[in-house]
Amino acid sequence: MRQEAIIRHILTLLKKDILLEFRQQYTFYGVLLYIASTIFVLYLALQQPDSTVWNGLFWMIQLFICVNAVAKSFLQETRGRMLYFYSISGAQQFIIAKLLYNTFIMLIMSVISLALFRALLGNPLLHFWQFTGIVCLGSVSLSLVFTMLAAIAAKAQQQASLMAIMGFPIIIPQLLLLMRISKAGMGEIFQAGALSDLVWLLCGLDVLVMVMAVILFPFLWRD
Amino acid sequence: MRRNWWKVLCTVLIFYTLIGGLLFEVPHKKILNETIRNIYFHVPMWFGMMVLFTTSIVYSIRYLRKPDLVLDIHAAAYARTGMIFGILGLVTGAMWANYTWGKAWSNDIKQIGAAMALLIYGAYFVLRNSITDIDKRAKVGAVYNIFAYAMLFPALWIVPRLVESLHPGGAGNPGADPRDMDARMRFIFWLGAVPGFILLGLWMTNLIIRYRKIEDKNLLHG
Repeated sequence: MRQEAIIRHILTLLKKDILLEFRQQYTFYGVLLYIASTIFVLYLALQQPDSTVWNGLFWMIQLFICVNAVAKSFLQETRGRMLYFYSISGAQQFIIAKLLYNTFIMLIMSVISLALFRALLGNPLLHFWQFTGIVCLGSVSLSLVFTMLAAIAAKAQQQASLMAIMGFPIIIPQLLLLMRISKAGMGEIFQAGALSDLVWLLCGLDVLVMVMAVILFPFLWRD
Repeated sequence: MRRNWWKVLCTVLIFYTLIGGLLFEVPHKKILNETIRNIYFHVPMWFGMMVLFTTSIVYSIRYLRKPDLVLDIHAAAYARTGMIFGILGLVTGAMWANYTWGKAWSNDIKQIGAAMALLIYGAYFVLRNSITDIDKRAKVGAVYNIFAYAMLFPALWIVPRLVESLHPGGAGNPGADPRDMDARMRFIFWLGAVPGFILLGLWMTNLIIRYRKIEDKNLLHG
């Protein structure tokens, strides 16, 4: 029974975030426009870069998209509304709902940016579906880390700039791993087992981030 | 004297490392030659940094369990000396790399890891300074400290084992290569340099903490 109640709480909070997104569509379209315009500028600057540059740019753009898409998730919650959530649900349900929601948004944004990259900046990918899988894994990793950082930054009042300062060093290991395994999608041959090792390591880091978020968020929440 | 024996021990060990490290005989390896002595000063910095950052985390966890500003002062002070050790480790490494690898920075995975650690802890201090409320600063700082540590240290321990590195003892083992040190070197390294510099780090932190306690006397007891 209790478990059901927790899952119901999470689903309700998730539904509320998605509903809000539908009602205030400007943020969603704002991020979409951000993606489109950045990639268009890149196209104007570089046209069809070679695969190493393509790969590096792609992940850097993912990073910036993630900061933009996730930063608002705690910004939009006013103090009064946080108090309201505090009274109707637990901190853990709240952060899990946020993690799920941001992962969902980031997945959509990543797939859109991949399509735009492929359309505008050329296609160095030999194994398109493998690369798409890596992109999905990457967007999950990025969104989880930045959700937790947004929660921390929200407490320090200086959202976006602080998020970049805190987030970029922390995300380096994951980003390096992602850039590394992306090369598999571009036809690089890995040693037997090396690729799956790296993928498992990334999955492990994702689980670690989720566990840390669930453990640490209740401390941030109490005020 | 009974409480300060470790300070005496620290001084003795540091002097032993300085004299032994600079004057005693070392094996003559190709390329490395006399630069092998750097192992006495460069590697203990990383040991010291790990110990100090880990201690900082312990205090952050204790702060979250029982909010007491003294614990926060401890956590910040250990992180600060940890950063000093990290910077010194990076500088000594870069000086050594300049002579053995040909250039100070070659994007080696461990150089990247060290730079990353410094950036992360730099962000920790920026975050702390951006919050004016003392209790909130302590709490948010503690949360970030724990989160950053949990993200950083798997990366520092696992990733270097997966990719190739220029460091001696590469090929799977990012630590010191035991084959490069002979018995006498190992003696100075493990019994002199490593504990000596760790104790020095603890001593420095101890002074910072005592200074902070005097400075924040009104906050802590008022």
